[in-house]
Amino acid sequence: MNAWDVLLWVAVPYASIAVFIVGHVWRYRYDKFGWTTRSSQLYESRLLRLGSPLFHFGILLVALGHVGGLLVPKSWTEAVGVSDTAYHVVAVGLGALAGLCTLVGAAILVYRRRTVGPVFSATTRNDKVMYVLLLGTILLGLGTTVLGNLTDQPHDYRETVSPWFRSIFYFQPDPDLMAAAPLGFRLHALAAWALFAFWPFSRLVHVFSLPLGYLTRPYIVYRSRDQHLGNRAPRRGWERVR
Amino acid sequence: MRVMAQLAMVMNLDKCIGCHTCSVTCKQAWTNRAGVEYVWFNNVETRPGQGYPRDYEDQERWRGGWVLGRRGRLKLRGGGRLRKLLTIFANPKLPGIDEYYEPWTYDYDTLTNSPLQRHPPVARPRSLISGENTKITWSANWDDDLGGAPDHGHLDPVLKGIEDKVRFEFEQTFMFYLPRICEHCLNPSCAASCPSGAIYKRSEDGIVLVDQDRCRGWRMCVSGCPYKKVYFNHRTGKAEKCTFCFPRVEVGIPTVCAETCVGRLRYIGLVLYDADRVSAAASTPDEKDLYEAQRRVFLDPEDPVVVREAERAGIPHDWVDAARRSPVHALISKYRLALPLHPEYRTMPMVWYIPPLSPVVDVVRDTGHDAEDRDNLFAAIDALRIPVEYLAGLFTAGDVRPVDAVLRKLAAMRSYMRDINLGRAPREAIAASVGMTGDQVRDMFRLLALAKYEERYVIPPAHAELAHGLEELATECSLDYEGGPGMGGWGPFGENSGGAPPIAVENFRMLRNRQTADTVAGPVDKENRVNLLNWDGKGHPEGLFPPRPAERPGGGDPAGEVEPRP
Ligand code: HEM
Ligand code: SF4
Ligand code: SF4
Repeated sequence: MNAWDVLLWVAVPYASIAVFIVGHVWRYRYDKFGWTTRSSQLYESRLLRLGSPLFHFGILLVALGHVGGLLVPKSWTEAVGVSDTAYHVVAVGLGALAGLCTLVGAAILVYRRRTVGPVFSATTRNDKVMYVLLLGTILLGLGTTVLGNLTDQPHDYRETVSPWFRSIFYFQPDPDLMAAAPLGFRLHALAAWALFAFWPFSRLVHVFSLPLGYLTRPYIVYRSRDQHLGNRAPRRGWERVR
Repeated sequence: MRVMAQLAMVMNLDKCIGCHTCSVTCKQAWTNRAGVEYVWFNNVETRPGQGYPRDYEDQERWRGGWVLGRRGRLKLRGGGRLRKLLTIFANPKLPGIDEYYEPWTYDYDTLTNSPLQRHPPVARPRSLISGENTKITWSANWDDDLGGAPDHGHLDPVLKGIEDKVRFEFEQTFMFYLPRICEHCLNPSCAASCPSGAIYKRSEDGIVLVDQDRCRGWRMCVSGCPYKKVYFNHRTGKAEKCTFCFPRVEVGIPTVCAETCVGRLRYIGLVLYDADRVSAAASTPDEKDLYEAQRRVFLDPEDPVVVREAERAGIPHDWVDAARRSPVHALISKYRLALPLHPEYRTMPMVWYIPPLSPVVDVVRDTGHDAEDRDNLFAAIDALRIPVEYLAGLFTAGDVRPVDAVLRKLAAMRSYMRDINLGRAPREAIAASVGMTGDQVRDMFRLLALAKYEERYVIPPAHAELAHGLEELATECSLDYEGGPGMGGWGPFGENSGGAPPIAVENFRMLRNRQTADTVAGPVDKENRVNLLNWDGKGHPEGLFPPRPAERPGGGDPAGEVEPRP
């Protein structure tokens, strides 16, 4: 274990997680008004209706796959009788499908961002950085998986990356595990930490607004004017007398 | 019974001259910012016509509002909650900017900066969306005054079924104006479509608002509203809609559109309604009964039971009193002149209209008959089916009887008052023929034709003990605010991030930015765009005016002026 390993596989993850959490809390408190998908559908619909669902369903599946692959220890799946090969086939099959959807969707979205005039001019520098980090992470991840499976002996990330990832969360980080993983995985992980650190400051915050409450709330929302007069909170001493 | 109060509006269409003053003053007040260039909280449409956005009334296409499900229960026409969430990544029914129009400005800069040349330079239109040169092909009022009607007049969705009978040749057509704002519906489908629950109905006065801090830009409300009165701000990524000028009505003054209306045709007042009956009324099986059903939801503020229940529901006494004097209540329930716009959308709209008699009067007069004679007018109302059917398509889901009844009352009022004006004895038979007394007709005339300011607007202020916190009546300095004068710019996450500034500050900041702008259009300086509509005559956006003589090189010597060569 050398200093680099500690820096990359202990310090970077914790820093990224800290920025991710604190950043979201801070942004939510400071910038509720900027917390939006900033939809560009008003400008262009045809490409978006192709690319956006493809990308989103793809990436949500990918996210689910990561939860399964990283958080569920190998011993658990073995305990319920899933063999290594069965797991591998399902993971690679579903993963490739989801990854492909994500990539094609993202390609359409980026093509749209670049070629449709109004969408391009509504693209901020922030969006560009976000897309570089997001696409970088996706490409590195997909590339590693595909290249790994083209060789005879795909690396079993459930022996290295996954335990390392879990070790971060129970505060006994084990950088040696990750140092042993192939380069592709290491780069993918680093790109992901960078993405997570940037996340709270980008439009990606919209992910945390997934409006599941819609399924259960009454259709029409009533609110009293009393709670909030004008559009700022009353000063101390000026609150409404009940 | 659960009594609630609603601020509502009635517009008397006979008096609308289509001047668009209301639209322009509304735009100045609310949507003169970048990102909402195409947004008209108030717009005035020529009917027959396609409206704004184009074709918005075709709910087969846009799927706004409510429909009755199989078991007679209301459901959103655009699909239920799960369907909304599954299509959230790309809304299948969102009108694109083409359905509105691509807003533009002119490149005035070239007028003053171009070099001496053979032909005078022209200011070319520049898109405010992409910043590129553009061709103007459509706008909010492209078909104003039936312009282009022979080509696309038949595209009006309300003409469905009678399109072959309507002629768009100049002599044979009819025409009137329909000013529209958000309906502040009792059963708003915009709010029901919003996944984040950011659109709410104020329980005190029924005004429907978008909480800018909770809107997440899912843009489902735009599709959900059948009147297309929620707009998407393409710069901030948030939905915006007509606010019923809540900062004004809270202090008891009318909305900007009403205050500035040249025809003085808008009425604002309270109605009391029974919230428990709203959903039953909105689910009335037969569309043609919806007008009646909606009217029956309103409560009579003279009824002591209603007054007692209103007090129990916490409605202040002066509000109940205002409901009693409300011109809206009189026009809807007492005289039964006002009709709702498209009740078949089942949102229970709260901006009602007195249908115009003018298409009928015009025909009678043009054919050389006495257009103030009751019998001529009654006969014409019976004979002229097209305008009447068209009006029924707008206001009563196609049922011509209520429209007939309103037009007859208006016709009767015309001839009854003519006798009085000419110094003849009024004929009570005229009033009786529409089931009214002469006194009632005179009262109705007073409200409709004299339309005194204090009778048109009966708006009880929000309570005085609250007033210091209200937006525009701040006892605190309304400009002392983060990002207010002296503070500058947007937050770090792109345009318009940071908290939503109070409206006064936002306008101030925008004005200042605009006045110090040095480009006319173009994405480099999006905050600073200038166009004539939002230029207020103050300040000198660079390039809009030629420099003054003293500032010119050569120091104002008239002999030094260069004549354009032939
Ligand atoms: C949790 C569920 C999610 C929902 C409901 C959601 C919803 C949306 C919506 C409505 C848009 C705006 C599309 C438009 O009209 O222009 C959008 C854009 C976008 N979302 Fe999501 N999203 C979700 C998750 C994610 C995730 C997990 C990611 C990636 C990590 C992501 C990345 C993006 C990107 C990059 C865009 C911009 C697309 C473009 O216009 O170029 N979203 N999302
Ligand atoms: S008219 Fe206004 S209140 Fe009614 S659904 Fe549309 S936006 Fe909502
Ligand atoms: S200001 Fe009045 S008269 Fe003029 S268009 Fe608007 S509603 Fe009609």
